[in-house]
Amino acid sequence: MSVDAATVKRVAHLARIALPESEVERMQGELNAILSFVEELSKVDIEGVEPMTSVTPMRLKLREDNVSEGGIADAIVANAPLSEDHFFAVPKVVE
Amino acid sequence: MAELIELGLAEARDGLKAKRFSATELAKAHISAVEHARLLNAYVLETPDLALAQAADSDHRLARGEARALEGLPLGIKDLFCTKGVRTTAGSNILGGFTPGYESTVTSQLWRDGAVMLGKLNCDEFAMGSSNETSAFGPVVSPWLPPNWDGTRARGMIVKATADGGVPEGLLVPGGSSGGSAAAVAARLCLAATATDTGGSIRQPAAFTGTVGLKPTYGRCSRFGIVAFASSLDQAGPIGRSVRDCAILLRSMAGPDPRDSTSVDIAVPDFEAAVSRGVKGLKIGIPKEYRLDGMPNEIERLWGEGADWLKRAGAEIVDISLPHTSFALPAYYIVAPAEASSNLARYDGVRYGLRVPGRDVIEMYENTRAAGFGREVKRRVMIGAYVLSAGYYDAYYLRAQKTRTLIKRDFEKVFADGIDAILTPATPSAAFGIGEKSAASPIEMYLNDVFTVTVNMAGLPGISVPAGLDGKGLPLGLQLIGRPFDEETLFAAGQAIEDAAGRMSLPKVWWA
Repeated sequence: MSVDAATVKRVAHLARIALPESEVERMQGELNAILSFVEELSKVDIEGVEPMTSVTPMRLKLREDNVSEGGIADAIVANAPLSEDHFFAVPKVVE
Repeated sequence: MAELIELGLAEARDGLKAKRFSATELAKAHISAVEHARLLNAYVLETPDLALAQAADSDHRLARGEARALEGLPLGIKDLFCTKGVRTTAGSNILGGFTPGYESTVTSQLWRDGAVMLGKLNCDEFAMGSSNETSAFGPVVSPWLPPNWDGTRARGMIVKATADGGVPEGLLVPGGSSGGSAAAVAARLCLAATATDTGGSIRQPAAFTGTVGLKPTYGRCSRFGIVAFASSLDQAGPIGRSVRDCAILLRSMAGPDPRDSTSVDIAVPDFEAAVSRGVKGLKIGIPKEYRLDGMPNEIERLWGEGADWLKRAGAEIVDISLPHTSFALPAYYIVAPAEASSNLARYDGVRYGLRVPGRDVIEMYENTRAAGFGREVKRRVMIGAYVLSAGYYDAYYLRAQKTRTLIKRDFEKVFADGIDAILTPATPSAAFGIGEKSAASPIEMYLNDVFTVTVNMAGLPGISVPAGLDGKGLPLGLQLIGRPFDEETLFAAGQAIEDAAGRMSLPKVWWA
């Protein structure tokens, strides 16, 4: 399978990466090179094979249902580009 | 005191205990070496004040006879490990001046055991690369010189490239993504370093620089606080100048962690004790599928030599087959980008790092990510978004995860047949030149991981040990692959190769 320019733009939007018109063609070529490389997998007989869902056979660990770490709002917003009163600030989302 | 940097980790540890020198002297020797090696671009952040404070504390403990496992030993930390209060970038512009408010579990265990931090090491952006050329800080230069180059010419090339805003073409890459770690260890800019491996990022740079690198079994080391790339493949591990040094470091790095639900509750063995175990009676498999068309003769020859060394040390060599080997790399280039696209969704300009404004919140995300991610990262995030998108999931991601099951089964079958470890080449070639592959199709670069990526896909441990030089005088490595959680056999067999091949003699200082 290969992607056309419209698909490249759609995927860029899905990935939330602004892609200027001037870069679409190059990205299309690179993505198609990778897609044609992974095309090799169509030769694998996967009939009746379960997909890998866990690298190591193990039960997922559970922990006590209580607060382990908290009260560190200062630390959490310390690296934010913009914050107010322990809130992350973003451009207006709802009109 | 310059000779202190030539010591191995084990020798330095023993020297400190015997009071032949102090932790402060050892730290100062390394700080000076790091300051004089900036041309290599191995460190992206030096932390000499922190190192001296930690060393002073170590000297007190040594004086009181309370030395811990890594007391006073100066290490370099790949800049993918979050270090509390110390800038962590993952080699990316999008993290900007991110300063973590917490410490990764692996590094916290190093400090718990008394290690000293010299600084943060360069790496490919988000560990996506095989040459350290995708780093926002620019490429790392390998301390190994290409044939017919001398130090004067190399220094001149780097100075000129830096002035022109270019890259020092012709000089060699240290491999990647842990290129800073491997170069720093090879250039004696730390006793050993932490690294991470998603498709070969510990073993390939170790092979390119004549150092030893071990990727542990998935779940052996906690991933908490390590900037995530592909969560089902990522593992932390050591790079050192000897098999023993890696064994010492891994013991401190490893262990279960309540903060990583995939870290496995299994005791951490005394890996160093395994180093001298020998290989008598071990069955070592040689997989025929790793013999590639067009593989350089010298790699084929070295591989055979490695098998002979192990045989002479008492192992039995058995031909084996891992029939799905050739599908590992294509499956990896679906699974890893898919996981990366999901993991990297967090870089949205809201909680940390770079923010580039837009008309609305969506445009702000798009502008931020366009400006903050480099080309290789954008490519992989987009491939990941595509293979996970509606209508393509079954054809790509599900098929790749099923292929992964088959790759894992190949290994399970040979291990069930009594094979203790598998011997393969570490890389399909020796180190290449800076700029040589980065301009070509991305696939060129991806092929570097053809021998290492199977190990990540199956979650197994693998070690790369320097085994010899190619015709141009550049190091080549052999890889040993082990059963899950049997790193001890890899240390034992790795030591047998080191004993037979001899310690790699590393390049003399030309960069200072």
